Amino acid sequence: MPTSLATPADAVVAPRRINQRVIPGFGLSMGITMAYLGLLVIIPLAGVFLGSLGMTWEHFWNTVTSRQVMASYRVSFGVSFAAALVNAVFGLLVAWILVRYRFPGRKLIDGMVDLPFALPTAVAGIALTALYARTGWIGQFTYFIGLETAYSKTGIFIALTFIGLPFVVRTLQPVIEDLDPEVEEAAASLGASRLRAWFTIILPALIPALLTGFALAFARGLGEYGSVIFISGNMPLRTEITPLIIVKFLEQYQYAEATAVATVMLVVSFLLLLFINLLQRWTESMGQARR
Amino acid sequence: MASIVTRIRGEPLRKSQSTTTEPAWCRRLMIGTGLVFLLFLLLMPLVAIAYEALRHGIGLCLATFVDPHARSAILLTLTVAAICVPVTMVFGLAAAWAITKFSFRGKSLLTTVIDLPFAVSPVIAGLIFILIFSGTHGYLGPYLEAHDIRVIFALPGIALATLFITLPFVARELIPIMQSQGREEEFAALTLGAGGWRTFSRVTLPNVKWGLFYGLILCNARAMGEFGAVAVVSGNIKGKTSTMPLYIETLYFEYNSVAAFSLASILTGLALVTLLLKNVVEWRMTRRPS
Repeated sequence: MPTSLATPADAVVAPRRINQRVIPGFGLSMGITMAYLGLLVIIPLAGVFLGSLGMTWEHFWNTVTSRQVMASYRVSFGVSFAAALVNAVFGLLVAWILVRYRFPGRKLIDGMVDLPFALPTAVAGIALTALYARTGWIGQFTYFIGLETAYSKTGIFIALTFIGLPFVVRTLQPVIEDLDPEVEEAAASLGASRLRAWFTIILPALIPALLTGFALAFARGLGEYGSVIFISGNMPLRTEITPLIIVKFLEQYQYAEATAVATVMLVVSFLLLLFINLLQRWTESMGQARR
Repeated sequence: MASIVTRIRGEPLRKSQSTTTEPAWCRRLMIGTGLVFLLFLLLMPLVAIAYEALRHGIGLCLATFVDPHARSAILLTLTVAAICVPVTMVFGLAAAWAITKFSFRGKSLLTTVIDLPFAVSPVIAGLIFILIFSGTHGYLGPYLEAHDIRVIFALPGIALATLFITLPFVARELIPIMQSQGREEEFAALTLGAGGWRTFSRVTLPNVKWGLFYGLILCNARAMGEFGAVAVVSGNIKGKTSTMPLYIETLYFEYNSVAAFSLASILTGLALVTLLLKNVVEWRMTRRPS
């Protein structure tokens, strides 16, 4: 994949100005794009920051650091992090076996990995709750060994693991496909054990993609709402996630407070998006260096 | 020995497999662990949905669809998808055309902005439209009240929130494909005297049709399944502004589990069809000689 968006045609085909003149529709397509993005994304998102500016600093600060909101950050960040970590480990395992090994049903499983993308979050939420509640198929075993699954942080963790899995697998798969087995061969012929090859050759090459997948799963987990609210039980200070706090403020018509918490979440999302963009560039430059 | 035999049987294994793969016991352990993980995480929820919907017989499951509230939820969901899919398609085509056929400053910033809805929590996607259009608190509230226009707690609000959520889907699929195809074919068509629209419909569209289709089915699945953003703006009025996912929530919290899972199985069916089509499209795209 190219690092920048400039096509090879830029370099090969004569000066840029000629391109601009030959292909028509720049004004129309750019106009539609900018108008649509402006009206639907930029102005509405700016409205959130504008709404926060309308509050006094003290009111803003007290809202976003109140006890209930702080507890929700701990739940949202902590559980999203844990779920993204587990996804990084198992996602790497799944991506590896799907690319490198052949076994019956591999194609089917490969297709199924995207299920969490395609399944509506509310449907995932009620299905996971049915499974992991005390009377559920899996819940009866977990509760037997004393592990509360539904209506606890563990439940949120399960929902976020479900939601985040495809991000890690789909980020890693193309990178694993691109790994040159000849390098591993060389390591083996020089006497390195397979374990050593893993830690000195394979993992270092996968780290940028693994981090990207982790960050994508983490970011998605932070914002996730639909699948979580069914399984979390929504107990204040214990299993309330930050998006739910925003919804609760809105339900009580506390628009300013909802806006303040949303501002904090948006800033975190933007920082994560920036970080992910940098990671993706790193992944792509590693891919080009290998070629 | 076993590995040699499989290799001779013509499995498309990599060359010198023995030095670049894990020992057989390790491979089996990894495949086994991965499959158990996916079984619990992906397969069991699907089985649970079907089981919960049918546990009191198929009659009770089908009775869900006689419920007028369920019917109006299905109709509303179809309406929202019918609005969002074409609009997102037009935007996706325009954005991909602008980004891949021209050179201009700030291109990577523009693609990042297109990605923004992916990074924003669905709840915030709903909130932003409340802040603008809410009759009592929105920036445009007084104007809308004066002209008796309802956006929030009505179809326009639901459509706007869904449009925001699905905005990147088509553009994201088209940009990499149009990028890799470059501009030569369009140049050729234009040089031979075709007009702009003709070049677009006869050269560009056929080249990207599978990618476009792929983007559209993903967009459709998301438009029909969106929960968080719609929950915030719709007000969830039964029979009026309740979409399928919202009505599933209502039924679920009313302890009407059979009806909730029956309605959920339709959306699950949609998700599975989407996955199937996606794999067919991927297969077509890789098979196509480039």
